[in-house]
Amino acid sequence: MDSQAKSFDGPVLECRDLCISYFTRAGEIPAVIDFNMTLEQGGSIGLVGESGCGKSTVAMAIMRYLGGNGAIVGGQVFYKGRDMATFSEEELRQLRGNEIAMVYQEPMASLNPSMTLGRQLMEVPLCHENISEEEAYKRARQMLADVNLPDPDRIMSVYPHQISGGQQQRVVIAMALLSNPSLLLLDEPTTALDVTVEAGIIELIGQIAEKFNTSMVYISHNLGLILETCDRVNVMYSGVVVESGTVTEVFDHMRHPYTKGLFGCIPLPGASKTARPLVPIRGQLPLPHQRPPGCYFGPRCDFFQKGVCDREGLGMTSVPNEPGHDVRCRRWQEIDWDSYHPEGVGAGEMEPGEVVLSIDDMKKYYELTDNSIAALISGKRVRYVKANESISFDARSCQTVAIVGESGCGKSTFAKVLMGLETATDGKVVFNGKDISQEEVQKRTPEQIGSMQMVFQNPFDTLNPSHTVGSQLARVIRKFGVEKNKDRIEQRVMELLDLVKLPREFARRRPRQLSGGQKQRVGIARAFAGNPTTVVADEPVSALDVSVQAAVTGLLMDIQKTYRTTLIFISHDLSLVRYLADRVVVMYLGHIVEQGTTDEVFAPPYHPYTEALLSAVPIADTSVEKTRIILEGNLPSVTNPPSGCVFNTRCPRKIGEICETQDPPVVEPTPGHQIACHLSREELARMKPVIVMAEEASPPAAE
Amino acid sequence: MTDQAVSVPRRESPMLRVVKGLALIRESPVGMTGLAIIVFWVLVAIFAPLLAPFPPNQPGLPLQPAGGAALDGGIYWLGTDQLGRDTLSRIIYGSRQVLLYAPLATFCAYLVGIPMGLAAGYRRGLVDDILSFIANVILSFPVLVLYIIIIATIGASGINIVIAVTFASAPGVMRIVRGLVLDLRNREYVFAAETRGETPWRIMLVEILPNARGPLIVDACLRLGYVVITIGTLGFLGLGLPPPDPDWGKMVSELRQFAIVDPLLAVYPCIAISSLVLGFNLLADGLREVSLRD
Repeated sequence: MDSQAKSFDGPVLECRDLCISYFTRAGEIPAVIDFNMTLEQGGSIGLVGESGCGKSTVAMAIMRYLGGNGAIVGGQVFYKGRDMATFSEEELRQLRGNEIAMVYQEPMASLNPSMTLGRQLMEVPLCHENISEEEAYKRARQMLADVNLPDPDRIMSVYPHQISGGQQQRVVIAMALLSNPSLLLLDEPTTALDVTVEAGIIELIGQIAEKFNTSMVYISHNLGLILETCDRVNVMYSGVVVESGTVTEVFDHMRHPYTKGLFGCIPLPGASKTARPLVPIRGQLPLPHQRPPGCYFGPRCDFFQKGVCDREGLGMTSVPNEPGHDVRCRRWQEIDWDSYHPEGVGAGEMEPGEVVLSIDDMKKYYELTDNSIAALISGKRVRYVKANESISFDARSCQTVAIVGESGCGKSTFAKVLMGLETATDGKVVFNGKDISQEEVQKRTPEQIGSMQMVFQNPFDTLNPSHTVGSQLARVIRKFGVEKNKDRIEQRVMELLDLVKLPREFARRRPRQLSGGQKQRVGIARAFAGNPTTVVADEPVSALDVSVQAAVTGLLMDIQKTYRTTLIFISHDLSLVRYLADRVVVMYLGHIVEQGTTDEVFAPPYHPYTEALLSAVPIADTSVEKTRIILEGNLPSVTNPPSGCVFNTRCPRKIGEICETQDPPVVEPTPGHQIACHLSREELARMKPVIVMAEEASPPAAE
Repeated sequence: MTDQAVSVPRRESPMLRVVKGLALIRESPVGMTGLAIIVFWVLVAIFAPLLAPFPPNQPGLPLQPAGGAALDGGIYWLGTDQLGRDTLSRIIYGSRQVLLYAPLATFCAYLVGIPMGLAAGYRRGLVDDILSFIANVILSFPVLVLYIIIIATIGASGINIVIAVTFASAPGVMRIVRGLVLDLRNREYVFAAETRGETPWRIMLVEILPNARGPLIVDACLRLGYVVITIGTLGFLGLGLPPPDPDWGKMVSELRQFAIVDPLLAVYPCIAISSLVLGFNLLADGLREVSLRD
């Protein structure tokens, strides 16, 4: 079977009318319905869709690994022309390691923490092929070099926790490639990683396709990543493929209202909160056992027509002149796609007012006591973790200040100091005319606390599951002394629910009865309960699906406009930051490396780190051209930061020794735009934009 | 926003919610079996005067085998002890003691253990070090020796059993609560409460504790079973309730001396103890099974 399978030259994988169901207490729940896909040798198909649309289920079905309660209830999967239902258990086992390999989201979950990486890698060929240990070692080492890991010999001998997340994911990919599979399934392989690390992995995945001629199925919720990795894409919604075609067809001439809606939700370059606001898709994803008849997207669709769209038996239709571009919609030909531009929720112009929050040279150090003997002898027992170093910026009322940086850059510590969970080591945090840097939250007055509140990141964690939504909001109102009377408090709770556009009955509900986006709305309502002048939003939408993201972002800006609130927006998502921020502060390892207005930061001159960040962000627009800058190395540890400029270990524009020895000076190319870098003004001025829209790129640069 | 009438949210009482949650046990056959055994013993305890054929302390024909006839024409269904007291009646009345003191002692252990665990898990640092040290010292004693020391010091009585059991089990409860709190304290709703300046005790009791209830209810059921065994053991060692009140453990210890006459005599109270313990354990298993499902 092996030799025949390896030399097969038809499509590697074919799914025909695949239907997958899960069987639960509530009965049969169809997870994937009528799924068709043909993957040619060396091709790559992206599966894109929001959470719960069945994209991971498809991958598990291809592996024939659906767990105890899942089953394929209809259709076939052909692997190299052979129906997978006819494979025996033994053949499937051979297939899984040898021919089909899978890479999951969380690298640590795929690696055994108690074995050295070398041992784990060697197991793959040792298990599937009859070769010697030395041969296996050589192959494993070579593969580590192939996935661009520095110093493969060291990596072979260490345990998983001793390397960084990005390196772990590279090892997992190396492990998947070791058996030279014909098919690689990647399930959100970069979702758990930082953008600059993600960019490296994406580049690697692109090289694999060329180097090993591996076919790939790439699962992601991020349209930008699909654009960078795949040549075909299937857009899924609630268990069905609503549109499939080549990436350019689907991205440039989408013919399904859901695909169109999805693109309207993501902040592409050019979108802005004033001129071209995002358009959220109204409503919610239907639960799998409550799907509407006919088109599942019907209730959320602008083109829904009774009697047409809710008829059963909706199949895929092909787009003429574009073979392979299929759409699951009855009305797509009637829709005038060129003039369809739904109205978004814009914020309108907002004139920033007086300075509300002023941070001046704020420092936050954590003390670490080292009790080792070496430390006792040298006398250096106390070390400092410099979580925040010399942070200075102002925020005005009605202004959105975004703080951008990757994990470990000190964003969260900064938020903690603002909220009074930690006190600053040095410097000033002046809020409404009073220095609060040394005042813990218990020492602040209810007005002070109420006027600075926070919106948290994780919608599943932000509300207490034991209390009703109403009682949680009421508690905040009482705590801040906004209202005292019981009836007035209830009235205020209702007003807050109205404010975040949730039905009033929700006051009686418990958080688990709410969807992620609804919980996040309650989280926003809670933050606005005390009529705050400043709201700190720590990645408020990063855990939400794109269509919900747009709605929550719109809501946040809407409320901000009504109350003229200052918004401190902490995020790693540069596209979103460009869309909604007025000012941007870029942080790296606790230092501010660049700050300025959004236009200044997103256009040259850049700080080299900002430049790299910008180039790493995947953009779901085929007309955008990006300069590729892949950062080498890992984020240094905060306990032992590099001397001189903190970015010098990874900087692609490093100019020499000066970067390692001296702190970089702050350059101001334009007033208010600050860059902390050793590069001269002339060099900074010579920088070219990282992201170029196709139209703008046509006239050659005058140089 | 028009002036429409504000719909006042009705509050569901927390008790009702716990009952509703516990009602899920219907879906677990194991749990239902356990619950049936417990309900059986509870009913026996409540209706003891109606069910028992003889008064528990009334002497009669000594050491009768099961099914022997009494002088007044009644039948000793499970035989009699050395003083001629009916074993069945004594088991029935003995269930009252067990079902009173076991839940009471468990409740007290939780009453002491929960605040300790909350404080240790939430405050961390020195508070945690001290409380954990005390708990470790207590837990490092052999349990039986501990009981003997306590009861020997303060004397044998129902309330002293409760004190002894509380002293010996509270550290275990504390450890479980501490572990749960260590996980829950990092939730964002706890941060949210901190950032609005809530007092630590309010955060512990209102924000954290209700979310730990699931594992704690399961643990309470298991612990009830252990306490039943403990009370039996104390009775067996003569450290339980003072005579002549019927006590399952004491009955085993008295009747086992007459195993030569009829080995089965001592087995009946043993069955009573183990069935009740089994009931609690099955219920705990069932609750865990139900809570693990979505």
